Amino acid sequence: MRKVFVDVYAHFSKDGVLTPISFVWIDGKTYEIDKIIEKKNAAAFKAGGQGIRFKCMVYGKMVNLFYDDGKWFLEI
Amino acid sequence: MSRVILHCDLNNFYASVECLYRPELKNKPVAVCGDPEPRHGIVLAKNQIAKIFGVQTGEAIWQALKKCPDLVILKPNYPLYLRFSKLAQQIYSQYTDLVEPFGIDECWLDVTQSTKLLGDGRKIAYEIKERIKYELGITVSVGVSYNKVFAKLGSDYKKPDAVTVISKQNYQEIVWSLSVSSLLYVGPSTEKKLIFHGIKTVGQLAQTPVEYLKKILGKWGEILWIFANGLDTTPVLPPLFDENIKGIGNSITTPRALVNFEDAEYVLYILADSVAQRLRRQHLKCTTIQVWIRDNFLFSITRQEKLSQLTYLAREIFKKSVEIFRKNWTFKTNVRSLGIRATDLVGEFEMQQLNFDYFKKCKLESLEKTLDTLRRRFGQFCVQPALFLTQPSLKSNPIDEHIIHPISYFK
Repeated sequence: MRKVFVDVYAHFSKDGVLTPISFVWIDGKTYEIDKIIEKKNAAAFKAGGQGIRFKCMVYGKMVNLFYDDGKWFLEI
Repeated sequence: MSRVILHCDLNNFYASVECLYRPELKNKPVAVCGDPEPRHGIVLAKNQIAKIFGVQTGEAIWQALKKCPDLVILKPNYPLYLRFSKLAQQIYSQYTDLVEPFGIDECWLDVTQSTKLLGDGRKIAYEIKERIKYELGITVSVGVSYNKVFAKLGSDYKKPDAVTVISKQNYQEIVWSLSVSSLLYVGPSTEKKLIFHGIKTVGQLAQTPVEYLKKILGKWGEILWIFANGLDTTPVLPPLFDENIKGIGNSITTPRALVNFEDAEYVLYILADSVAQRLRRQHLKCTTIQVWIRDNFLFSITRQEKLSQLTYLAREIFKKSVEIFRKNWTFKTNVRSLGIRATDLVGEFEMQQLNFDYFKKCKLESLEKTLDTLRRRFGQFCVQPALFLTQPSLKSNPIDEHIIHPISYFK
């Protein structure tokens, strides 16, 4: 399990709700987030860190995307 | 109805946060230590494995390394710890609005009213413990009791990641067998006095006649007797009620020993400047200045003097502190740490006797307030006295470095 920092395209609603739309993987490709299943504060025990955890479906695969104090990372 | 108080204590706080961010250190002994370069090299926190090796908070790095040569030493990251402290407080505030912080990693919660909705104290404590572990990745010990002192004892009783309930029915069984030092406000000196009089446990303290304790410890004797018998009724107050500031002070352990008055005056100016800034920020003026001096052998003295006029001017605080320092220190030994504290505080617009210097003083106040604005906008060192350029090795910024302030139980 490792931690990969990524660039994220996200949407901030006028109510202040943060929703990630897509992210750029290390190979430079942009991956759309199909669905956000859960949004919760959580610790990333295996990769190390803590933040708002978005459980996302990306191309049929579940990934944990964390927003940790202004930075985004994936626990993979 | 009896109160339900929780005391939540984040376990090995700094070290736990560091280990969370560095999973590779999971099975290694870790200690978060101050920077040894400016002589701040003491253990600030250690993890559970380092604890097994006997590493203790407050000891020097070399002592810790002697006990545990494989100890991983990390530098502190205060902004991160403050963030975690705030996150923990956000969780607590979802159970009650009566949350009183006691330092960066401890809080009291009065959940008496919440028990009607959320279940008893034990249930709330377990829920908080699990949420902290899941959401923050660190562990917490929770003490549940009917007063603040026993709640704190409960959180210390079993660690880490545990809940201890001390009720009116079981407190004698749990608390009374503990040594007196486990009670809040029984420090090494009080413990020594109590042991000298044959009082070794909290139970013995509770059963000693209060008049006898008063004779030994003065008014503290009565307070500790109240604590030991579970009669403490201090309310849990949210920080908004913490308006009654009794003093503002800063101290520095300097990167090198201070060997003469010139060195000391340099450091005193830094301290006076930061204390004055903090006074102005709180719209307070002081009438008494205390100077604290500690030498290389860790012997310390505190001396204080009254000012003739109310002030929050750095130059006046500096002048008085130099006066106190020169009267009380002869440099038979070199100075390791220095501190200035402004006490007897009053509001900045308090009436005071006018004198011939009044208008001059108004000008100086306006000048120092302008400096505050500049520093707030462009950083602490955007404007500085020329004196600060003379000895860069002693330069320090207490305003930004000392961001975690101790809290008193008796407000």
